[in-house]
Amino acid sequence: MNTSVDIKTVLELKDLKKSFGDNHVLKGFNLKLYEGENLVVMGKSGSGKSVMIKCLVGLMQADGGSIQIKDQNIVEIGQKELDLLRTEIGFLFQGSALYDSMTVRENLEFPLRRHKEKLNMQESTEELVIEALENVGLVDAIDLMPAELSGGMKRRVALARALILKPKIILYDEPTTGLDPITAKEIIQLMRSIQKKYGTSSLIITHDVDCARVISNRIILLIDGINYAEGTYAELVANEDPKVKAFFKQ
Amino acid sequence: MTTTPVFIDKLKAFFIEIGDMSYFSGRYLREVFTPPFEFKELLRQCYNMGNRSLLLVGVTGFILGLVFTLQSRPTLMEFGAESWMPSMVSISIVREIGPVITALICAGRIGSGIGAELGSMRVTEQIDAMEVSGTNPFKYLVVTRITAATLMLPLLVIFGDAIAMVGSALVENLKGGVSFQLYFNKVFDALAFSDVIPATVKSFFFGYAIGLVGCYKGYHCKKGTVGVGEASNSAVVFTSMLLFVIDFIAVFVSDIFFEI
Repeated sequence: MNTSVDIKTVLELKDLKKSFGDNHVLKGFNLKLYEGENLVVMGKSGSGKSVMIKCLVGLMQADGGSIQIKDQNIVEIGQKELDLLRTEIGFLFQGSALYDSMTVRENLEFPLRRHKEKLNMQESTEELVIEALENVGLVDAIDLMPAELSGGMKRRVALARALILKPKIILYDEPTTGLDPITAKEIIQLMRSIQKKYGTSSLIITHDVDCARVISNRIILLIDGINYAEGTYAELVANEDPKVKAFFKQ
Repeated sequence: MTTTPVFIDKLKAFFIEIGDMSYFSGRYLREVFTPPFEFKELLRQCYNMGNRSLLLVGVTGFILGLVFTLQSRPTLMEFGAESWMPSMVSISIVREIGPVITALICAGRIGSGIGAELGSMRVTEQIDAMEVSGTNPFKYLVVTRITAATLMLPLLVIFGDAIAMVGSALVENLKGGVSFQLYFNKVFDALAFSDVIPATVKSFFFGYAIGLVGCYKGYHCKKGTVGVGEASNSAVVFTSMLLFVIDFIAVFVSDIFFEI
């Protein structure tokens, strides 16, 4: 991926720090996500990947550092501005996080309730829901409850919900975890097709090497709370550092 | 190791929890009056808490009235005071037993339900998903539930009281040959506003406590399914204790204003 100055940075983390008591999870993590890029952050379980992504959307308060999303520092802005900024970010949760008391249709309508007018969306709610479900190939499941869906279907509906406000940035938290290899591949293909169709920038948190290989333009290895290594998949595989090597051997 | 530090730690944790809950309550009071308002969700919660509790409250109220009258009858007969039965039953039920028993039942049904529902939403990241989608989960989940519980409990108490009176009238009719009309005439003669108003006002506080504790426990649920169980369980235990404290304060205050 060409990262020269003409490519716009949509998201930037500088010197991000987060601790839980004596456990220093992030010790100055840095990251830049460029427009249209698929950036993968890899690390072992418990390395702080999910903490980092939660700090990024304001679900957790960072202890230090800055988080710039589209030229706004989320640490400094108010709740209203943060809510509006969040409409530009889609978030796919590790466990899908579909609202169990609502149907698939209601799950997708939920983010539209507050923001459809603000975002000047011309299409009707129904059209937007159908379009999002068509993107993930699940129009037939529109009136089902989340409990009636398989793990893969839930992940696809969650992806449709993340897309419904047509965000510019999508954050994926372990998108393939808990899925069988075939469904995982389907999800990865879906992520690629969505990126192609909408030109979104994606930040993907995973420990799945296969997923990283297929989807990434660039990979950052999060080890010991810092960006331990960075590069394309091929560059990291060729890296001789024992910690990097051990990671890609799995 | 002595037992004192453990006791002090527990006491400290208890007061910290009370402090957190007070802050949570303050946040509710701030957000309940600020737009946007979630009317649709509020109505759905009112339906869930009110309509779906009717059968349980009704059956309990009916049996309460029935048993209360059956048990009191022999004693009143001993003093030749059976004619006081409608007054005694109605005042006891309306002032004290009805609100407290209904609130305890609702603490079990509504409080634990809220605790478990919000707890499971917390551990499965549904609350986070709501927040990320730009919706205020506190307003959507907590404000609606506490408001619905506050509004529905007085109605359930009135319904439970009425059914309890029917149960009592039935016993009087079968055992003492008292007509329903006479029974209810005596009930309305005995009851005054000073019986009904404090009981209704305290029912609002009972409802608020049930909603508040259930939401607090669920919203701050720890990770995992064990946390959900704990949230649900502690919601019931804490609410039940709180109900008696509120009841004591309500009776004390009523005594000042209405001279019970």
